[in-house]
Amino acid sequence: MEEKINQIKLNLKSDLDNVNKLQDIVDLKAKYIGKSGCITELMKNMKDYSQEERKSIGQLVNNLKNEVTDLIVNKEEVINNNLLNEKLEKESIDISLPATEIVVGSPNILERVIEDFESVFMSMGYDVVDGPELEEDRFNFELLGLPKGHPARDAQDTFYVKDDELLLRSHTSPVQARTMLSKEGKEPVRIICPGKAYRRDDDDATHSHQFTQIEGLIVDKNIKLSDLKGTVSIICKKLFGDDTVTRFRPSYYQFTEPSVEMDISCFNCKGKGCNICKNTGWITIGGAGVVHYNVLKGCGYDPKIWSGFAFGFGAERCAMLKYGINDIRTFYNTDLRETKPFDRREDN
Amino acid sequence: MISINWVKDYIDLEGEDLKQLAQKVTKAGINVEAVISNHIDNLVIGEVLECVDHPDSDHLHVCKVNVGKEIIQIVCGAANVRKGIKVIVALPGAILPGNFEIKSGKIRGEESNGMICALFELGLEEKNEENYNKGIEELPSDAPVGEDPLEYLGLEDTLYDLDVHKHRNNDCYYHIGFAHEIGTVLGKRVNYPKIEFKEVNDDVNNYISLSVETIRCPYYLGKMVRNVKIGESPEWIKKRLVAAGMRPINNVVDISNFVMLEYGQPTHFFDADKLGKVVTVRDAKENEKLVTLDEVERILTPNDIVITDGTNPTCIAGVMGGLNTEVDDNTKNIFIEAAIFDAFSITKTSARLNLKSEASKRYGKGLNYEYTIEAMNRCCSLLEEYASGEVLSGQVLHDKIDKTLKTVDVTTMDLNNVLGMEMNDDDVKEQLEKLDFEYELNDGIFHIIIPRRRLDVEPNKADIAEEIGRLYGYNNLKDTLPVVPTKRGVYVGDVAIRKSISRRLRNLGLNEDRNYTLVTSKQANMFNYDNKDVLLLPNPMSSDKEALRLSLIPSLIQTYEYNKARKVNDINIYEIAKTYDSKYQEDQKVAILLKGNYISNLVNKVIVKDDFYVLKGILENLFKYLGFKNRYSFEKAEVKELHPGVCASILIDKQQIGIIGRVHPALLKDEVYVCEFSMTLLNQFIVKSLKFKEASKYPEIAKDMAFIVKKEITAGEIIDTIKKSGGRLLTSIDIFDVYTGDNVGNDEKSIAFNLIFSDPTRTLSDDEVMEVFNKIISNVTSKFNAILRDK
Repeated sequence: MEEKINQIKLNLKSDLDNVNKLQDIVDLKAKYIGKSGCITELMKNMKDYSQEERKSIGQLVNNLKNEVTDLIVNKEEVINNNLLNEKLEKESIDISLPATEIVVGSPNILERVIEDFESVFMSMGYDVVDGPELEEDRFNFELLGLPKGHPARDAQDTFYVKDDELLLRSHTSPVQARTMLSKEGKEPVRIICPGKAYRRDDDDATHSHQFTQIEGLIVDKNIKLSDLKGTVSIICKKLFGDDTVTRFRPSYYQFTEPSVEMDISCFNCKGKGCNICKNTGWITIGGAGVVHYNVLKGCGYDPKIWSGFAFGFGAERCAMLKYGINDIRTFYNTDLRETKPFDRREDN
Repeated sequence: MISINWVKDYIDLEGEDLKQLAQKVTKAGINVEAVISNHIDNLVIGEVLECVDHPDSDHLHVCKVNVGKEIIQIVCGAANVRKGIKVIVALPGAILPGNFEIKSGKIRGEESNGMICALFELGLEEKNEENYNKGIEELPSDAPVGEDPLEYLGLEDTLYDLDVHKHRNNDCYYHIGFAHEIGTVLGKRVNYPKIEFKEVNDDVNNYISLSVETIRCPYYLGKMVRNVKIGESPEWIKKRLVAAGMRPINNVVDISNFVMLEYGQPTHFFDADKLGKVVTVRDAKENEKLVTLDEVERILTPNDIVITDGTNPTCIAGVMGGLNTEVDDNTKNIFIEAAIFDAFSITKTSARLNLKSEASKRYGKGLNYEYTIEAMNRCCSLLEEYASGEVLSGQVLHDKIDKTLKTVDVTTMDLNNVLGMEMNDDDVKEQLEKLDFEYELNDGIFHIIIPRRRLDVEPNKADIAEEIGRLYGYNNLKDTLPVVPTKRGVYVGDVAIRKSISRRLRNLGLNEDRNYTLVTSKQANMFNYDNKDVLLLPNPMSSDKEALRLSLIPSLIQTYEYNKARKVNDINIYEIAKTYDSKYQEDQKVAILLKGNYISNLVNKVIVKDDFYVLKGILENLFKYLGFKNRYSFEKAEVKELHPGVCASILIDKQQIGIIGRVHPALLKDEVYVCEFSMTLLNQFIVKSLKFKEASKYPEIAKDMAFIVKKEITAGEIIDTIKKSGGRLLTSIDIFDVYTGDNVGNDEKSIAFNLIFSDPTRTLSDDEVMEVFNKIISNVTSKFNAILRDK
């Protein structure tokens, strides 16, 4: 019996050496451990032995079966691995070929600037408000201290739509008037109102009959001009970098008293003088001031109790400065080659 | 333009650096845009020692000129150049107006080392034919050779070009007013000109009777000067006018202009002999006519104010005089008008007549009656001195001016509270002194009188704070923040949904576009699928901006064309903007345009081409995002500008909010897909708040079915029927195949559906599912005459 077993082991060894296909494994399995395989045959022959012999021989044959099965299965695994490796090698790709582009769109560059303003001002409790672009003369001018026939009006050069009653708003300030009136002089106001405005300008690289203003207004108690300066400093740092310094110069506007023009230190040359700041080290960025008492009164707020400030920035100007854009028409052409890069985050 | 030489007549600027002064003035709020000096380097007085004809020219001369340090040869073309005269010579290196640099060279073979100049070539006189014919400037024989000719002539001047804000252009546009502003900046006082004249013993009231019949003329002062001699103005007046950019005409006209530039008060001189005996100021009558000084007949309206001789107009008040009373070379007697008219009316009249004169501009800005009187006296005095006039005694006067002084009480704390500064009483005093505002300080309260020349300053603490603050210096402002309760900033109203849509569309791969509201009326009438009337501007600037757009699609097409021309292949864009119709109704719209590929990897053949279904998918994604799951639908529709077979309306709760489709191939050859819907309408639907819904714990049963139907039957119709028949147990329907071809008839198609049945509370039995399934089959087959396809 032991002889038989050894012979089987020897046969298997030589058989395994010749195996290289999965089919050979199947054949081997049949030959040794299949229904009519040689080991199964040995099992069948057990009845020829005595009770005691059966026990020890059974042990031997079982061991043999396990050993043979392991050897075949191991060999099967090796073959399977080889096959898999061959297959994977064939599946190898050129990783340098182009990616499938995952599409996400870009905002208009002006919207980028507006979102910068929104993030700063909303965090300080300012609501973002919108109003009609087709506006009543009353909101656009009269409530802001510019009665009909006021000489300051003709410079605004407004697009009138119906007589002298309806117009395309020449600034976004009517939203401020509307907001104040809606609160009836009872509640504080804290808003910004980014939006479109229109003036009769001929379009060229620096003028546009349609443009985008970002105005802001706070009406509350004990609001000072220095509060305006602190507030404006924050947004200017956000837009143009943390080392930006804000400066006020006296100016005159109808809606504010005192009025100022807001300058920032030149982000390009840091004050040394360059083309962008026309060698002054400073860049004018917008107008602002303490809300005029007549505007407060006209919009239902008692100037003895309430005070506030208002400011206005040009979104186009901010974007042109921030991103080095030379032609205002860029914003209205939407050349996708130019706008697509604006789908990305920025620090600050 | 402000001439600093002129300003120096009223304020001592000895030793001031004019560039630094301009900066100081600007810092205090009046913007000096440019400091212009008319000084020209290398300009000298020369003496012509020799002058011979150019050998090779019929009009040029070759001159030897002594310029002090040397004697040089200059070729000169002027007819009046000759030996012995003193002239202005521009030496090589001199840069004349127009950036014209003088260089040494040869003119027709003769050496020329400079140029002999006329005044107009130096920018000191108007460049006109008369001055051209005058030739080169001949200087007096005692002019010092080698010296600076402009200094010698007293023509050297520095000009400030001001960009004055509306508030201050009443008092900073004339020389005494601007002198006050400089005085404020420097803390110096202004000296007014000495005004003296004699009066003859004959009263103007003997000749003129005044009546003012309109409330729009609160002040009218008249005086008379007789026996004037019209002639040339003295040099100093001419110099002043030229420096300030006005052309000298004759002594009388020049005096009127001079006084206007000095005091800011326009005056009008009538030829008294043509005027008659009566001066009436009244509102013009409808269609009343007057031929003005420029010989144009003007047709007036009751908005205009006129001066009349009692019957006929003689002057459009504040705008232009009438030809019928013009001062001409033969004028002897002058009636002078110095008046204040309603600023708004003058602005309106001059705008309507397109007649913006120096005078009308000044009336439009408002006037101070104190200077009206000064200006009248100044005119009389100058006419006496420079036109040999005799001033009549007396005056005609209409005076309804409120002369109450504007006064205000403020404390230093008031001012600090407005500005956020830390000034003390002495700081405030110092600024008030500089401003030349009269004040008294009692118990910490400043009682301030605002001078009449400052029409812009109202008696209010904010106005005073502005005046004090701008002088004290805004560099003293700290950066503080409002001390207010904290709160959350939110997007209000429409803004919230607009931002959501805009961000979502960008996340879906679309690029934001931004276009003009004003378009051509042709564009405005395209994609007018709601059949609204276009709102046209009554006074457009140009035909390309004459209408307000009703649809954003034409603008998106414009952007598509712009990009296409620049070889951009995939153009996937959107815009959100407000539109307005002829009834002034606002409608905020969202529009999308797709052209090219939505996703593409050509190597990999992974290509999602832009088509109707991609656009529909974007919309469905957006509507689901906005909370409209199961509430939107699409119905076949017709829009003139869209492909008749690829066009639908977009509905929410069965109500149309927009359109979608392919742009009609007759309009655009490319396959361009567009959609547009009203955000205003969408925002009116109420959306339920987001809630968690637990997935069913019980198994789903999936069943497929396919029908052969006529081609014109839409999948949507069949789905509707399936849904209705399926009832509550049918939880989902998908179409997984649409087939046309050999296995069905020519006019037929096969549509295959995958249905899912489930119940959140229990396991469904096969029998009850089959019951519903069979009901669906029988309903669909009978309703659409459909054939159930074998599996």
